[in-house]
Amino acid sequence: MQNSRVVGRIAADSKRVAARIRRKAVDMTNLSGASHVGSCLSIADILAVLYSSVLRVDPTDPESSDRDRFILSKGHAAAALYAALSEVGFLNDEEVLSHCSDGSRLMGHASHHLPGVEFSTGSLGHGLPVGGGMAMADFMNGKDRRTVVLLSDGECDEGSNWEAIMFAGHHKLKNLMAIVDYNKIQSLKTTTDTLDLEPFADKWSAFGWAVEEIDGHDHAALLAAFSRVPQQGDGPRVVICHTTKGKGVSFMENSVLWHYRSPQGDEYQAAIAELENE
Amino acid sequence: MRDIFVDTLIELAEQNPDIVLITGDLGFGVLGRFEEKFPKQYINAGVAEQNMTALAAGMALSGKTVFTYSIANFPTLRCLEQLRNDVCYHKANVISVSIGGGFSYGGLGASHHATEDIAILRALPNIHAMVPSDKWEVEEATKFLSQGVGPGFLRLDKTLPDTSGSVPDEFSIGRARLIRDGADAAVIVAGGILQEVMEATNLLDQRGISVRVLTMPSVSHIDSDAIAKAVEDTDALFTVEEHRIVGGLGSAVAEHALENRLKPSVFRRLGIQGSDFVTDVGSQAYMKKVAGIDGPQLADKIQKSLGQ
Repeated sequence: MQNSRVVGRIAADSKRVAARIRRKAVDMTNLSGASHVGSCLSIADILAVLYSSVLRVDPTDPESSDRDRFILSKGHAAAALYAALSEVGFLNDEEVLSHCSDGSRLMGHASHHLPGVEFSTGSLGHGLPVGGGMAMADFMNGKDRRTVVLLSDGECDEGSNWEAIMFAGHHKLKNLMAIVDYNKIQSLKTTTDTLDLEPFADKWSAFGWAVEEIDGHDHAALLAAFSRVPQQGDGPRVVICHTTKGKGVSFMENSVLWHYRSPQGDEYQAAIAELENE
Repeated sequence: MRDIFVDTLIELAEQNPDIVLITGDLGFGVLGRFEEKFPKQYINAGVAEQNMTALAAGMALSGKTVFTYSIANFPTLRCLEQLRNDVCYHKANVISVSIGGGFSYGGLGASHHATEDIAILRALPNIHAMVPSDKWEVEEATKFLSQGVGPGFLRLDKTLPDTSGSVPDEFSIGRARLIRDGADAAVIVAGGILQEVMEATNLLDQRGISVRVLTMPSVSHIDSDAIAKAVEDTDALFTVEEHRIVGGLGSAVAEHALENRLKPSVFRRLGIQGSDFVTDVGSQAYMKKVAGIDGPQLADKIQKSLGQ
């Protein structure tokens, strides 16, 4: 597969890629008045590492049969995904800014009608079961490509995920990796106050998954964890990324408000100023 | 019908190694033949229909043609959003096979009565919703849906009508099939309840009323021409389904008739009436009697509607 990026080695500019994803996500949600900027900032580092150093995908051949599969199961953070795709050449910057506007291809939740978006999401709890199917088919076909699914923490309330977690563990799908954006804040309150996920790692482990917990903003740690797929041992792998919702904009960090609020006026200017100084 | 489906699928799987059958932990004594023959094309997903359906979508998007198999509402309503978002939106080659249309599992109670599924499934975008009425239609529908035509729904029935007297047609999606001709009324039917319709038409024959019977196996792709011709030839149109009359085959036929400015003197949807569940318990034959859609009651209703 043609690819100008060096897969498996941290890209020299992965932090700059993450910064640009953050800036674009703030611009996109500002222009469209859309929600979920906090959810986008939370995963900017994860996406930057995945797209700059891990995923074998090629913007000149988006449908390549050898490509790795990436599903953004937390589809409400689509702005960050579109920003990441623009960083590696699937989308251009001008189109990215059309996010959620009349006639745009960039709907508010991830859309497979765009090149590079593997699967449409939006309703939570769909990505991992579908990713399990992709991994299962690849296993049956003897293909060595990987399937990576990024979930939110609140999304893990959905029972369909646990059906898929049980299935992937049972079938030892070594080519499947789940990543959880564990920022501890969901729609209305913290995960602890809503439906406590803990002991979270133990739950995955009990279902037969290899579990690793890392700082979800540490690029070296992200690359190291993401590079261990396919698994050496038995079964699928989950990387629980401890993250900060709204990461990079101080007044958005760890705030439920910025699950919904769109940055406008002075708040937008302040956010941009902070991101430019990052 | 399920054995015919499995036999057909075995033939198809022999030719196409990308056909996969996933069961939601049901099919005791039925699917064993498939599993023995094609262990690498068979998965038991456990009692987890949401995952079964999404898993099927993921596999289909990786080149497989996947049949999911369970009973009554489990492979359809239990995982409706997976069918809508994962299968239909992505035009994935996943065929949801429900064993037990209507009151096939009459004795097991309302949870096992599939009496709204046609209405709900035919409303999904990109789907071929198939309700075969006899052996030939089960075979042809299964073959058609296995050909990579996108999302499918196959509603199978415990009752297998004997249509040995009728001539198999050239199968074509969206085309009705003439089971018997008649001049005084036309009945459009889908599913194993064709057996009751045939009994009803025999009774009506004895009363001097001749009825045309058409099956409409593709309930998502209605045959407007056949409806128009039936109205033109008989001026009295009936639909029969083992399903609530809300949104099902009868509604589909009514939509087409009205939009095509057809004005039969008589039009009546025969199916499960009323706003409540049918809470009786019993065999499929008993439940059809309770719902007023067994052969004798259908004959009486048709005769009465014709004013004879």
